[in-house]
This record gives sequence, C-alpha cells and structure tokens, in this order.
Amino acid sequence: MIKLKVEGDTVVKAETHVGYLHRGFEKLMERRNWLQSFTIVCRICVPEPDPNELNYSRAVEEIEGRAVPERAEWIRTMMMELSRLASYLLWFGGQNGSSGLYTMPQWSVGDRDYILDLFEELTGGRVYHMYIWPGGVRRDLPDGFADKVLQTMDYLEKRLKKYDDLMFANTIFQKRAQGIGWIDPKKAVEWGVVGPPLRAAGIKSDVRIDDPYLIYDKLDFEVPTQTGSDVWSRALIRRFEFEQSISMVRQCIEKMPKGEVYNKIPNPMKWTIPAGDAYVKAESARGEFGYYVVSDGSDKPRRVHVKGPAYVHGVTLLERILVGANIADVSFIMNSLGTCPPEIER
Amino acid sequence: MAFFDIKGLVTPFTALTQLGKAPHTVTFPYHKKETAERYRGLHYNNLEECIGCGNCSTICMNEAIDMIHVDGVEGGKGDSGLRPRVDNGRCCWCALCVEVCPTGSLNLTKEYIYVTPDADAFLWTPGVSNPEGKEIISFNSSVETSLGMYNRIPMPELEGKERIKSFAEVMLYYSEKEAREEATRCISCGLCTEVCPAHMHIPEYINAIAKGDDNEAIKIIYDNNPLGELCGKVCTRRCEDVCAMQVRGDAVAIRWLKEYAVGRAETADIIKEIVNPEIKEPNGFKVGIVGAGPSGLTAGYYLALKGFDVTIYEANKYAGGMTMYGIPKYRLPMESLDKQIDYMKSIGVKIEFNTKVGKDITFDKIYNSHDAVFVGVGFQVPYKMGIKGEEAVGAFPAVNMLFDVNNGKTPDIGNKVVVIGGGNVAIDGARVSRRLGAEVTIMYRRRVVDMPADWEEIEGAEHEGVEIMPQTIPVEIITDENNKVKAIKYLKAEMVADDKGGRPRPVPIEGSETIMEVSSVIGAIGQEADYAFFTEEALKEIEINRGRMVVDENMMTGMKGVFAGGDAVNRTADAISAIADGYKACKAIEKMLIK
Repeated sequence: MIKLKVEGDTVVKAETHVGYLHRGFEKLMERRNWLQSFTIVCRICVPEPDPNELNYSRAVEEIEGRAVPERAEWIRTMMMELSRLASYLLWFGGQNGSSGLYTMPQWSVGDRDYILDLFEELTGGRVYHMYIWPGGVRRDLPDGFADKVLQTMDYLEKRLKKYDDLMFANTIFQKRAQGIGWIDPKKAVEWGVVGPPLRAAGIKSDVRIDDPYLIYDKLDFEVPTQTGSDVWSRALIRRFEFEQSISMVRQCIEKMPKGEVYNKIPNPMKWTIPAGDAYVKAESARGEFGYYVVSDGSDKPRRVHVKGPAYVHGVTLLERILVGANIADVSFIMNSLGTCPPEIER
Repeated sequence: MAFFDIKGLVTPFTALTQLGKAPHTVTFPYHKKETAERYRGLHYNNLEECIGCGNCSTICMNEAIDMIHVDGVEGGKGDSGLRPRVDNGRCCWCALCVEVCPTGSLNLTKEYIYVTPDADAFLWTPGVSNPEGKEIISFNSSVETSLGMYNRIPMPELEGKERIKSFAEVMLYYSEKEAREEATRCISCGLCTEVCPAHMHIPEYINAIAKGDDNEAIKIIYDNNPLGELCGKVCTRRCEDVCAMQVRGDAVAIRWLKEYAVGRAETADIIKEIVNPEIKEPNGFKVGIVGAGPSGLTAGYYLALKGFDVTIYEANKYAGGMTMYGIPKYRLPMESLDKQIDYMKSIGVKIEFNTKVGKDITFDKIYNSHDAVFVGVGFQVPYKMGIKGEEAVGAFPAVNMLFDVNNGKTPDIGNKVVVIGGGNVAIDGARVSRRLGAEVTIMYRRRVVDMPADWEEIEGAEHEGVEIMPQTIPVEIITDENNKVKAIKYLKAEMVADDKGGRPRPVPIEGSETIMEVSSVIGAIGQEADYAFFTEEALKEIEINRGRMVVDENMMTGMKGVFAGGDAVNRTADAISAIADGYKACKAIEKMLIK
C-alpha cells in the first residue's frame, strides 16, 4: 500500500506500508525440512519464481558441498532466461496496462502462455515450477522439447517486432514514459538500485557478467545500458534484454551437453545439512536477487533470508522518486521498477 | 522527435492486422486445455500397490495429506491398511508426495478441474474419489527419479575361501559411515514394527543411528529387547520382508543396523553404562525360569529390572539355549553372547548352570519355591527322518552336531556329507560341515525357492561351495558291514500343483533312484520339545497340543502361575518371537503378582 499526500495532481509525499501481503515464507521454512522448503520459495514471486528456486538450491548446495551435474547447470540457465522472458512479457503488459494501452497486456500475457506451455511440459507446472531443486533439476528435458523451445523463441522474436510497432514506436507511449520516474544516476548505487533500473541509469551492472554463476561465462551475450534513467530507458533495457535472452535460450539448447541432471539427495526426511551459511545471488528480471541461508546442522534451515530487488525498488526508492510525480503516473512509475509485492513481504 | 510524430501515431494501428487471428488461449468451457505429459494435476493412488506407509503424508509441507481407512482395503503384513486422503484446499501440487512414494502407487493426473459446492468434498481420496485416474496418470516417479534410496549399502563379508578355513564371523558389519548411510534410507513408516514379534521401536533406533546417536539407539533397542546384538546377528528379520523400500528396491538392513548400534558397546559394563536401566527395589517376589534361552533370558531381564528375584535354571554350561548351541559361531560368536548375558547378570539375573530340571532339580521344587514360573525350554530333540539306516554310524541330527561343534568338539564326518532338509538348521549343518573340511550336498524335497531357510543363508552356503540338490527325496541310508554310512539312495521329485490350492507338492519320479557315496548323513528336518521334566500333575493342567504348550493371551499355561514361551509355544520358532514371549510373560507376571 502506498499512502500519497498530494497537492492537486502532484505527489508531495509517498509513504509505503508493508505487511498487508505478509505470508511469512522465511519463517515457514524454519519449520519445514530442507526439501519441503524448496516448495515454498517459488511462491515468493509469482511472475518470476525460478530465481528463488535457483538461489535456494545453490545456497543449500554451497553449504552442503553438493555437486550439480553440468547438464543441470545448462538447464537451469535456460530456465532462468525463459523465466526472464516470461517475466518481461508480464511486465510489457503491466507497464502498458497502467498507461491505458490495453492491447499490449492482451498480447504479451497471451504470448507468455507459450512460455508457460514450455514450463508445463518441462516441469509439470505452469506458474510454480518447483523444478530447480538442490542437486540439479527434477527431470530431464522431455523428447522433442528442445525443438519446441526453439520454435517458441522464433515466434517471440517475430512478436517483438509487433511489440515495437505497438509500444516502442508509439508516440503516446514515448511521450508518457520519457522523463518521468527519474532516478539520480549518482545516487542509484547508494540507494541500492539494481537490475534494469540501474542499467537504465548508465551503470553496467549485471550479476551474470560481474559474478558469473551457472554457465553464463560460456554464453555469448551483451548487457545493454541506457542513460536516461527514466521509465522510457528502463523499458528499452527490458526490450533489448528480451532479445539477449532469446539468444541465450537458443545457445543453451544448442550447446547443452548430455548427461545426468540430478545429483540425488538422501532420504529427504533424514537429510541434514552441515552447519554453515551461504549467500548466493543471481540476476533476476528485476535485478540482483540474493539468498542468505543458514544451517545449524539439522534437517531444517535455521534461517533463510531473501534479499530481493523489490524491497529497495518498491519501498525506499519508490518513496523518493514519486515525489513530484503526477498522480496518474504513480502506477506507471511503479511498474517501471518491476516491483513484486510478495517479495517485499516475505 | 517532433511532438506529433506521424509515424509514431500510425504504426500502433498495425495492431489491427491481428484482429482476424484466432485466439491462442483456450476458451473454457468450450475448449479444455490438453495438459502436458508430466502435468501435476489431481492425485491418483493405485490402492492395490499402495502399502499405506504414510510417507506422502510426512513429506507434505502443507499437511494436506492424512491417512485414513478405506472401504475394501484390509491391510495386513506390510500394509497398514490406511490410504492417503488429500485436502485439495491445501495441496500446492508440488508432487513431493509422488517423489517420496516408495511404491510408486501415488501419482498426479492430467485432471485439473474440480468444482464442487461441498466443502467437505475437497477431501479427496486418490484412487477412491477417482478410480478412473489410472488412465490419465501424468506426473509419476520411477525408481530412478524417485527420492527413495532403493539400494542397500552392501554388507562387507569374508570371502568364501577364507570363510571355510575357520569359524570366524562371516559378516564384517557396517562401519560407522556405512551404518549412517544405510540408516538414512529408512522412511520411518513403522510397517516393520507391526510385524516384529517384539514390536521393537525400529524406526526410532534407526533414526537415532542416522542422526549419529548410537547410544540413544542402544537405549531404544534395550527398551523391549535385551538381546539386541543376538538379533542383530541372527534374527529372522520379518521386519525386512515388509520394509517399504523392498517393494521397488532393497529392504533397509534393519538387522545389520541393530548389530551396528549394539555392537558399539563392547563390554557388558559399557552396555550398562549406556542403557543405565532403572532397577526397582526388590519387591519380595521370586520367579523361577526353566531354560536360559532367549525367552527365559528376556523374561528374566525385565523381571529383574522390576525388582523380582529371578533365578534361571539352565541344563547346560552356558546360557543362550539354541542360540548358543544351535547357531554356529561364524554367525553368533561366543563373546557376543557372553557379553549380553554378563550384562543381564550384572543387573541381578541369577543363572544356575548345569542344572537340568527334572534331573538336578524337580519341577515341583521350582514351582513351590517361586511365586511364578516361566518355562522356555525350546525345541531341542530332533525329529527322525524315518528312513532305513538312520541309526547307522555317521548318520546323526544336525542339532547334535552343532551342539558338539559349539562345545569345542570336532565330530568325525568324513569328507563327503549330505544334509537333509531346507531350513536354517540344515544350512547351518552344511556350512559347519564345510568348515570341518567336507564336501557338502544339501538334499531338499522341494525347490530352492521353497526352502524355509533365510535367503542370505542359502546364498552364503552356495558361496562357500555347498551344493544344493532340490527336489530330492532320500529313501535309504546304505551302510557297510560295520554299520557305517556308505552311501545314500534318493529319488528325484517333480512338483505337482496342489488341487486344494496349497503349495506344490514334491512327488517322486519313478525310476529316478540314484545312489550317492557319502561319509555322513546329517538330518535337519525339525525338532520338538522334551516335556519329561514336568510332573504328571503338572501335565494334567498344562495342555500340550501338537508338541507345543498351549498358553492364554498372557502366556500363562493351564497351570496357574506357570508361564511359557519360545519355540515350545509359538510356531514361528525364532529368537525374536521367543524374546517377545519373554517380554509379554514378564508383563503378565508383574500384573498377576503386583497390580
């Protein structure tokens, strides 16, 4: 919830109130065993659950010292990029839905379903995949899956041209997005801004490049930046990254080695993780996404702390950049930051 | 960019070209989406494959699954009779229940629409609510994908050639690492506890081993079995036959894990320190026990803990009964038994050795000088084979030979031995004969799969070079002029299906008569009890039916205050049943005398 103080149509003060969506994920995990907890983490972000699964799994693997088969790392990378595409498609819809361009949400949410179809085929679930788990991934690719992925990528590439026509070349959208929701590039790092909003402020920061994980160091891709630091720049970043992700998914399919996909854990009811802690991070569609996991040597996590981008973007940053904005732009600006409320209120 | 960018105003209208396109999302209810091959929809449970272990319920982090009785599912050995019920209002479709189902009976289906105004109907019993679900199974788990640990940690053993050189223990037993890993396989379903005659707390002590708390495991084992190490080495382990893991893999090595735990306590003193039992103040009641076999020792141990004055009368030099004299030392070494019995003595169990009831002391005297008597005399007298030449020199029962060998003697069996029988005693006789240097053949009437002996024992015998001749019926022992065994005459048999639905019977094949030259014939076709020590008056009250004493639910015979257990009472004739009897009798004696 955001409490706004306005003078006329202009916001003079924005105050965020968290707690209305609190479901206590982090606390729940302290009462669930290590495997049960894996089914909780995806719920921390509905539009993009996979970075949660990945980070939780990587943190557990790091504390336990569990190796992950190479093929699983490639599949995980493919999942992360598919997840980014799905997340951006939802964002295309959200960003334009909040400005009145309602055709875009209908298109992009519909197109997202093609990725959800892929998820369903690979994982058995469309939204909550519960697929990346400690030790690898749950199942190998089904027969013919790779071709379907490539077909979907070709389709999305074509659709991106249509999105350009409808949204990016659209004067109304441009006028609406340019110059609003400005984040001071000099302050961006200090304020903890990450992901597309940070890159839109001209700072080339991406965990995939800065601190490569999975097999990102084996992929050929670019990290686009912009300098406008406004809603328009952030939109462009996502649009360019969409292309990059399509390319990365294709590379994953082409280069993926054969082999095992899972280094099986012991009986989950008796599975204990040695005492220790780990912080892992990944680049989600909304920016750097971290997990801090502590084990006391028992069969349950002692603490799981989620450091998501939405807390910074949706609470502290939003309160700053809404000041001076037109009341009609509030949700438009908020969407440009890629805020995911359940992730704020873990 | 000019404020009125014409291109930027016109281009978006190209979206109109999409108007004629068919939607790519489904329009429910006119169309229903076809789900993927591994879609996670509503549950289906194959009620016949399910064993009601409850692992699905345990893993469910939403507590959406409970185990209920279902009409038409009876349960029994290895089946709790319960089946999972899913609260569809709580389920999150993570399918961990499927991943941990040890039998693979629980699956998710392609079905995903479930609409009902009845809130109670959200409680869904897979397989009952949707018997047609089998046809639309989608998300399932194979042995490869399942989270069950189906492969047993192999037990290190002595090589066959090494084994027959001595009576050294064949099993080398688990190391700490191996035991922890094996213990981790257990899913704590408790189906084993149900079938264990002593209802040992198996999941609990295995869990303690998995957690690295061996002392806790020992304490749990001693809770209702004072001969844990004995059982750890030689138990018939019916628990493993019903282990949830054996449905699709290897049963958890429950017996070896017990051995591992109790084997950590190397002396009687250490056992006492770890178990640290509460020994009640003497209550003034005296209990006499006939026979220091597993049932007598167990009754004695728990009675002594409860403050009874316990005296066990044992005919032989050592305690242990058939486990001492009937089980070869390569399976159960003397030191192991000594340690367990020393511990019992240390908590106050008195054992009068070399005191045969009926000879050195009368049954009456015991009966009159104690408040209660427990009879655990076992089956010591071997059955006769009933064939010609049975009385010849070189023809003897296996139990007699085992008794001699365990007493340190080396019977003269020659170099070619035939053992008749298919039970554990036959295998023991054969493997001991191998260690005495003979070539050994086991003759058994039925097929190898029909042999009542433990499969591991059969494998062990074969590994040591024992030849098994199934479907072979001995008909005569041929002797020489000195009445010494010279050869054995036998017939081959064919298995004929039983008309009444029983197991197939062996029927001799005419003209298949063969003679094999042998130096000894060892009979192992069963034993019976010797009740000669009972006085006539006692036998009037104690009913004996087909060789076994008849007892009530409290293990009491027809004679008030006389309880009985072990082989001479129950048909299972194994150590763990005897231990269970002893424990039960202890409770009953306590109830009779105190409560």
